[in-house]
Amino acid sequence: MEFDFIVRTLASMVFSSTPVVLAAIGETISEKSGVINLSLDGSIALSAMTGFAVAFTTGSVTLGILAAMMVGALVALLVAFSCLTLRQEQVAVGFVLTMLCTELADFLGNPFVRRPGPSVPPMPIPYLCDIPFLGPILFRHNAMVYLSFLVVVAAWWWIARTQPGLKLQGVGERPESAFARGVDVNLLRYVYTIVGGALVGLAGAAYSLSIKLGWSHGHTTGIGWIALAIVIFGGWTPWRVAIGAYFFALLKALGSILQRNPAFEGVPTQIFSSAPFALMIFALLLLSSKGVDRVLALFPPQIARRLDRLIRGRAPGGLGRTFVQE
Amino acid sequence: MRVEIVDLHKHFGPVRANDGVSLTLETGSIHGLLGENGAGKSTLMKCLSGYQLPDRGTIRVDGQTVVFSSPSEAIQHGIGMLHQDPLDFPQMRVLDNFLLAFDRRMLPNRRRGRAILRELGERFQFALDPEAEVTSLTIGERQQLEILRLLALGAQVIILDEPTTGISAPQKIKLFATLRRLAEEEGRSVVFVSHKLAEVESLCDRVTVLRQGRVTGEVEMPCSVERMVVLMFGRHIPPAECKRVELGPPVLRVEQATIPSYRLTVQDAGIEVRAGEVVGLAGLEGSGQRLFLRACAGLERVAAGRVHLGGQEMTAAPYRRFLAAGVAYVPANRLEEGLVGELTVTEHVALVNRSGPFFIDWPATREQAMAQIQHFNVIGRPESPVSALSGGNQQRLLLALLPAGLRLLLMEHPTRGLDVESARWIWQQLMARREEGTAIVFISADLDELLEYSDRIVVFFGGQMSAPLPACDTTVEQLGYLIAGRERDKETR
Repeated sequence: MEFDFIVRTLASMVFSSTPVVLAAIGETISEKSGVINLSLDGSIALSAMTGFAVAFTTGSVTLGILAAMMVGALVALLVAFSCLTLRQEQVAVGFVLTMLCTELADFLGNPFVRRPGPSVPPMPIPYLCDIPFLGPILFRHNAMVYLSFLVVVAAWWWIARTQPGLKLQGVGERPESAFARGVDVNLLRYVYTIVGGALVGLAGAAYSLSIKLGWSHGHTTGIGWIALAIVIFGGWTPWRVAIGAYFFALLKALGSILQRNPAFEGVPTQIFSSAPFALMIFALLLLSSKGVDRVLALFPPQIARRLDRLIRGRAPGGLGRTFVQE
Repeated sequence: MRVEIVDLHKHFGPVRANDGVSLTLETGSIHGLLGENGAGKSTLMKCLSGYQLPDRGTIRVDGQTVVFSSPSEAIQHGIGMLHQDPLDFPQMRVLDNFLLAFDRRMLPNRRRGRAILRELGERFQFALDPEAEVTSLTIGERQQLEILRLLALGAQVIILDEPTTGISAPQKIKLFATLRRLAEEEGRSVVFVSHKLAEVESLCDRVTVLRQGRVTGEVEMPCSVERMVVLMFGRHIPPAECKRVELGPPVLRVEQATIPSYRLTVQDAGIEVRAGEVVGLAGLEGSGQRLFLRACAGLERVAAGRVHLGGQEMTAAPYRRFLAAGVAYVPANRLEEGLVGELTVTEHVALVNRSGPFFIDWPATREQAMAQIQHFNVIGRPESPVSALSGGNQQRLLLALLPAGLRLLLMEHPTRGLDVESARWIWQQLMARREEGTAIVFISADLDELLEYSDRIVVFFGGQMSAPLPACDTTVEQLGYLIAGRERDKETR
């Protein structure tokens, strides 16, 4: 394989992962606060449709993006209200909303099916895009892709470095303890669920206005579930979640490259399209295996601890648990 | 700071947890709050520290009436509480635990946080690694972290709810020294909530006794133990008789066992336990006694050495073969490992009935549950979900569910968190079983319990097992020294 081909593959990997990265980061933020927004797949469909419809009708991509974010935030608000105020089961609410949003997107999106419409214009970043190798991979895309980079860094910085981020972690980890320290648990959960939802909406817009332009039935199906799985793969840590999303895209890209290779003629295509899922699970198993424990035991304890924290993520302790003051 | 509680009431449905309690805490003293499980101690302290809202009643701080709608308002008035299970964040680092909602700036200053933590830690000889994750700490260390945090927030009144449950003997010595220092040298008020008479006796200046939500008496220390027992239970309870029984043939034999785990490896452990014998396992939490006990139950892999049960080779045998051989294992975390919180008592009875028919005979099972409830004095109904039972009643139920005629009973902390009466009752049941020839091996952090009920005691330290000590020739001091091992100098200084 020549150099150019590798660069092109990696660039398309970065470009096409944008919605998954955005949705997975949004979900990470929501789950960090302890709320599982399981409606992702439906939420993305509805916001992708809305984003395209608004951009198509008004001619403004920006308005389309904002509308999509509104839709994502609104669905998240519904999740938060049902789970935090009405204290319903988060998984049940998420499933119902997934189906509702998917159907709604199909129904309301009918007039926009397969219509050509506006999209986010390409915008190579001057100077940076000329860096050899990295330039074309990272900086020859559009604003949506750059926004996703920014979201990853900002989410990591917020969660790991700021006081509100500490509180966010606390609320998701053990709401009782957070309450004891004067944190308004349910208010924060509302806020972060809605912020996460807005990012999920942005992911929808990234799909219909930047990656796979336009709208059709079942346009975005699967993206939401993949994002949900990648949050777990990434151990609820933004930068690892982003790596997980890119890794998944890379596996998919490799699959289609291998598929075209004459050596694999006769192998059913389904194997190539489903292999990335199996490989992700395999990677997860590998990281949590005892073998890694043994390797870690070879390092001095201080370093072993850091490495352990680096490669393994644990679910927030209060994930999916409602908090009621005694 | 002087704190007065006047005529405080708190009801939970029909249960009157606090029924007109009044209490005054003086500056610079250690005030004991004594009572059996369910006497209303925790409720009272939760109301004082803002976790619960009282139905009625007044709280005054230095003469001014205050109303706390949350714990953060209480700590702003200088009242902080350390819960029995410290309210921290297990998966976060010590430093982040300390800084959460403490450094109120947008970007918390970690260097300053580390400095405060180190400075306060040095003042009380609490050595906490700011980078360690809280899950890797012992309960004692987690308490230390919470105490430091409350002090850093300027707490003048520090409430400790059953702080000695689950901490080691040296940690307890250190905790008591710290509390004395906080009260005597720094003029803070300490409230020590406990159901353990000996601890209250050795630590407190004044003691208030609660029974069934009411104050039954307030005494100045020193005060006779008999008087406090009468106030606590309304009657006198004689100490249990210590009976030694004739031992039978060997039941369990462990030879030079190596039991590896990620954190710690137990090496060269060996013991022979005979029918009817009670062996206590002592040691700091995480010294290997739990690994050893679980290995005896077939729940932990033995890498080298042998395990024999009644002369049968059981090394590397699966857990169900241990079960079939008459071994029972009762874990410490009742609701996590022992019982299923959401299931009712009847459902538990049906669950342990392994040989029952495919379709459960519910009326008969319910009757069986009813009989067990009566026989084991469980306060609850066959329909009660197990999570609604109190800790003591859960432990009684666990015992009720054990099959009769066991060969070997392995228990972790059989009476942890139970009041004197429940604990005594549990041991009566266990002693009755040993007389039928069941060998009992148990872990405990309570040295008195170990000495009172064991025939022999082995001490674990850093994965090493001591030679068995006959309990009748061993004193609390000796045992404490062995448990602390080489750590003694560091921990008790």
